[in-house]
Amino acid sequence: MTRVTKPKLAVWKFASCDGCQLSLLDCEEELLEVAGALEIAYFPEASRAVVRGPYDISLVEGSITTPHDAERIHQVRRVSRFLITIGACATAGGIQALRNFKDVQEFIRAVYASPQYIETLSKSTPIRDHVFVDYELRGCPINKYQLLEVINAYLNGRKPNIAPHSVCSECKRRGIVCVMVANGTPCLGPVTHAGCGAICPSYRRGCYGCFGPKETPNPAALSKRWKQLGMKEEDLVRAYRSFNAYSEAFRRESESHERS
Amino acid sequence: MLEELFMPQSEAVSEKRFILPAGQFQRLFDALHQRGYQTIAPTLLDDAIVYEPVDSVSELPIGLTDEQRAGAYRVKRNPEGRTFFRYTVGPRSWKRYLYPPRQRLWQAERNGDGRFHVLAEQEDVPRYAFIGVRACELSAIQIQDRVFLSEQYQDEHYRLRRENALLIAVNCTAPSGVCFCTSLGTGPRVRDSFDLALTEVFGNNEHFFLVEVGTERGASLVEELGLPVAADQQCQMAEALIDSAEQRILKRLDTSDLKELLYRNLDSPHWEEVAKRCLTCSNCTMVCPTCFCHTVEDVTNLQGTVAERWRQWDSCFHVDFSYIHGSAVRISEASRYRQWITHKLASWQDQFGVIGCVGCGRCITWCPVGIDITEEVRALRRREGSRAAPASPKEENHANA
Repeated sequence: MTRVTKPKLAVWKFASCDGCQLSLLDCEEELLEVAGALEIAYFPEASRAVVRGPYDISLVEGSITTPHDAERIHQVRRVSRFLITIGACATAGGIQALRNFKDVQEFIRAVYASPQYIETLSKSTPIRDHVFVDYELRGCPINKYQLLEVINAYLNGRKPNIAPHSVCSECKRRGIVCVMVANGTPCLGPVTHAGCGAICPSYRRGCYGCFGPKETPNPAALSKRWKQLGMKEEDLVRAYRSFNAYSEAFRRESESHERS
Repeated sequence: MLEELFMPQSEAVSEKRFILPAGQFQRLFDALHQRGYQTIAPTLLDDAIVYEPVDSVSELPIGLTDEQRAGAYRVKRNPEGRTFFRYTVGPRSWKRYLYPPRQRLWQAERNGDGRFHVLAEQEDVPRYAFIGVRACELSAIQIQDRVFLSEQYQDEHYRLRRENALLIAVNCTAPSGVCFCTSLGTGPRVRDSFDLALTEVFGNNEHFFLVEVGTERGASLVEELGLPVAADQQCQMAEALIDSAEQRILKRLDTSDLKELLYRNLDSPHWEEVAKRCLTCSNCTMVCPTCFCHTVEDVTNLQGTVAERWRQWDSCFHVDFSYIHGSAVRISEASRYRQWITHKLASWQDQFGVIGCVGCGRCITWCPVGIDITEEVRALRRREGSRAAPASPKEENHANA
């Protein structure tokens, strides 16, 4: 199939660690193929050369944490045909959303010598709270094969093969022995969105929930089981409060254990 | 046709039983390798006993046993000594080999003239010899035969693996706390559709396998190994072990009126109660040796010149599984649990003529929160009972308290 003009790709950064956009550079051999199929038009982390918008695909990394970024995301939306958010920051607020459970002004006073120069929002929020998002790719960081799959699906006009079910399905297909049942190790896998390929259980660790809540999660039932395995309330709060702390299902669950 | 191909009756071949001394067990593996089989057998991997390619008896879970209950599995040392098969089934079943979790079905390539051609999958499938197949698992394989090898629909990928597979069964002598094969009539004794069946006898300075022959293939192996015929007393020792195992299986699933029970309870409030506990994580379906549901997905290369169709294990607990023209039909957790148990125990009978459960207990052990299929059936019966009989004043008071 020959395409007359190559679709233009842009990569945008908001509050984040850059790990997700690095996944694109991490594609290595596939990156050449991607560069052959798309024009990488705006990607400051990879190149200073900028091709003007509008862009066919925008990959947006990071969460909204400042008044400036809350404005900038609207500009990004205006120049983007398809806007895809990548990673836990962009889809759930990221680890920096831990501020959402506390008073951010207190942090600023404690951390900065001259707090008057800091202009920040009280909450770190996902991109979809600000603009319409066409597709969300989960993970901290995202899985590079899922990123390639989304780009591939876009180029070929098909639905991406990205499943919203639990990590458990990935474990079982890979033949990984369940760490919770066989070892009594607390694991977030049963409430966590698949996509990483069950990395932690494959090393006999419980899932940390990097991909956030799966479809129809039931963390209350999981927490009940964890308590039977000996976990304390404060540890339950911490377990749900990591990269996806501000996703609705994990936020509610952590708050329910904070109150009790 | 199915019966002829894959389900030979054991009594047709030989009533004689033979003795394979435990010290000579490796000879059986060697004979199978010489015949070109890949031997798959139990082995300890990541704290569980699972089926893997095993070439040497030293890789078997020697001297190990398992403890199982709802939501918990532990491998322990067997106080008896260096036994080979004193445990039950682990998280994997033989379906992993007969019906792989993910496989390519075919590919298509563009010709460049606007058309495309299909490339059939050339599968190089090993000839499997499964060693240590339990009675419940033989039943599960027979159930999957009905699914994948029906008169109407034949799955070539399954057939390729299944028709060459040699089955060396093992009678259960150490049932676990989640076993309920006796309720389904599937175990613990192996009855048919095996090539060879072994019973491991251990103790009083004796360690041997009593060998039953189920097929000509099995008979020729026994002949090649030159196994001696068993004495009556040796047969009785083996029988006593299986009888004792049967006595120790205490979990029950009452199958009377089971289909009707589930069909009567499609609107039971009980499903909402299960949904509070159910994680819809799909572990039960993935470990079930009869669950066969899969999804098919198409992948492409970036240029869009090659497409591949892949099939992978799916689950009725996934929302997408019931996606039909624009929306999923089983959104609620309650409807998904109800679908699974009702299919397994009731509509499976209408569809395939048998109950879809073999009583292996895997779904009970490997449910992270320990939901027990037998308990849920019991709960449904209890609810019906309490609805039929007016509640006593005492119970009413309790409910209001």
